[in-house]
Amino acid sequence: MTQRQTAGGDVRLTGISKTYGSFTAVRPLDLTVPQGSFFALLGASGCGKTTTLRMIAGLEEATTGTVSLGGTDITGLPPYKRPVNTVFQSYALFPHLDVTENIAFGLRRRGIRSVKKQVGEMLELVQLGDFAHRKPHQLSGGQQQRVAVARALINHPQVLLLDEPLGALDLKLRRQMQLELKRIQTEVGITFIHVTHDQEEAMTMADTVAVMNGGRVEQLGAPADLYENPRTTFVANFLGTSNLIEGEVVSAGTKGAGTDIVVAAGGGRIRLSAGRCPAPVTSGGRLLVGVRPEKISLAHADEAESITDGRNRVTGRIVDSSFIGVSTQYVVESPAGKALQVYEQNIERDTRLVPGAEVVLHWNPAHTFGLDAGQPMDAGVESVEDAA
Amino acid sequence: MPVLRLLRRNLVVIAGLLTLAYMILPNVVVMVFSFNKPNGRFNYAWQRFSLDAWKDPCGVADLCGSLSLSLRIAFWATLGATVLGTMIAFALVRYRFRARGAINALIFLPMAMPEVVMAASLLTLFLNMGAELGFWTVLIAHIMFCLSFVVTAVKARVMSMDPRLEEAARDLYAGPLQTFLRVTLPIAAPGIAAGALLAFALSFDDFIITNFNAGSTVTFPMFVWGSAQRGTPVQINVIGTAMFVIAVAVVLLGQLIANRRKSRAGK
Repeated sequence: MTQRQTAGGDVRLTGISKTYGSFTAVRPLDLTVPQGSFFALLGASGCGKTTTLRMIAGLEEATTGTVSLGGTDITGLPPYKRPVNTVFQSYALFPHLDVTENIAFGLRRRGIRSVKKQVGEMLELVQLGDFAHRKPHQLSGGQQQRVAVARALINHPQVLLLDEPLGALDLKLRRQMQLELKRIQTEVGITFIHVTHDQEEAMTMADTVAVMNGGRVEQLGAPADLYENPRTTFVANFLGTSNLIEGEVVSAGTKGAGTDIVVAAGGGRIRLSAGRCPAPVTSGGRLLVGVRPEKISLAHADEAESITDGRNRVTGRIVDSSFIGVSTQYVVESPAGKALQVYEQNIERDTRLVPGAEVVLHWNPAHTFGLDAGQPMDAGVESVEDAA
Repeated sequence: MPVLRLLRRNLVVIAGLLTLAYMILPNVVVMVFSFNKPNGRFNYAWQRFSLDAWKDPCGVADLCGSLSLSLRIAFWATLGATVLGTMIAFALVRYRFRARGAINALIFLPMAMPEVVMAASLLTLFLNMGAELGFWTVLIAHIMFCLSFVVTAVKARVMSMDPRLEEAARDLYAGPLQTFLRVTLPIAAPGIAAGALLAFALSFDDFIITNFNAGSTVTFPMFVWGSAQRGTPVQINVIGTAMFVIAVAVVLLGQLIANRRKSRAGK
């Protein structure tokens, strides 16, 4: 069980799409999932991520395009002929079979008689040794989830598909299972493709995250890269929280030369590195400037003088603050934006920072990113709340 | 008043026992009179205890012949109605097709229509077709009316089934046939069994439709009816009692097995 799968290879989706009548669930998309990686498809409900997963499993027929696995085209194969297994959202454990028979199901269907040893190993891997003869309804949600994982993994699939496998668990258990799944993936070395609407889950577990929206992949990359360098407002808002400030470009800068872009916004000037702006920049054009709430420092207006030169500044007034233990979250109203979010670590708290206080927000220009102003500023905001 | 208080406290139990007695009493009468030794041909008044009828259940001419015919018809009608009904139920729940709504409504027709009307119209149909009345016409009629009950029972079960279970089976290397045999069928089994039991009971019991369409063939209910005109042999009570005991035994056995399975799985 511990040896890596030698056979296998990358999952490659080419121009794959799915339409139901006039509704397009997935627009033609190309995607390559490298062998052995933990890959997450992240998006709000209805973005096409589950449909994409089901097309890889063969449970949904692709309208156009092909699915290939390690160079072999499997588009036309029925699900029971694909070396791919799925962990379903509702687990879909067979209610009439006990844990052992549920796990052995795949082996038995392939005519393997002696399943005892392998089932035992699997039960051990998911830490369910004592539950071999229970029926699914006698297990807790977390235990059912582990059985579902074991039932899929025992077949040594080339790819394991996980369809929101943690959605039904409570928060604490979900955290625990995230680490557990990550451990199992590292141990077995099988490619995992994980569908989720939970951006924290995706970032915690996956090596690579593909953010999906409206049936297409918005951006693909390592979690840290997506978080620091979102290319669309949807990604900026869906992954964590972003403060987006619209402004007019004063100086366009140049990527190679290392000169910064300067944007006039909210009565001040904001600088950002030309390398961190994927959108075309022209002097006099509009640009969205983004900064993450935890990158911002807050100073009382009386101490504005002590802020180091070269930092981006925005003045404003605190309208709300909430203490959440490790940090305090402030909402600041400013000419640059109605509700700028600022997260301050609770280290040396300035007691003057209460609602109503005049403040200066300041941050390192290197932490600023730029986005095309032609897109809706609040894309991806609502969906986070819906999913939570 | 302590008696009144006792009554008030146990009202539910008392009502339950009374209802139970109301339901069981006719069966008890049948049972008791199976041990009677009547004077004359009618078994309506208690004379004295005797095991004569139990020792010779087939002692009356044609009784056991009609019983075995009824059992045979019930068996084939159950089989036919269960197979067809299960397929119809799956089709109605799983697929969207043109006449689906109409079929859904038509399936209820045999249940809703007065039995005697159904019986007479069936007879008209058979006569017009020139069919010879007998075993086959009775069987066809029974399958027809049992079908609605099987469809209703199975449909309820299939509707509550998670289609993901079958997807999971297909995902785990089970082809269409394997998926049906290993997952779909076992999960739908309680509904199918309920439908089959109902069909068996209805077919075995049926008098009106059978009487119209049997020609010269005599089933057990027809035999009982016929003999009641001329006198009621004690053997009828023996058969009735035996059927009752067998049915209760089957139910108890089923519960026993289910309980044992549950306690074993709970370990």
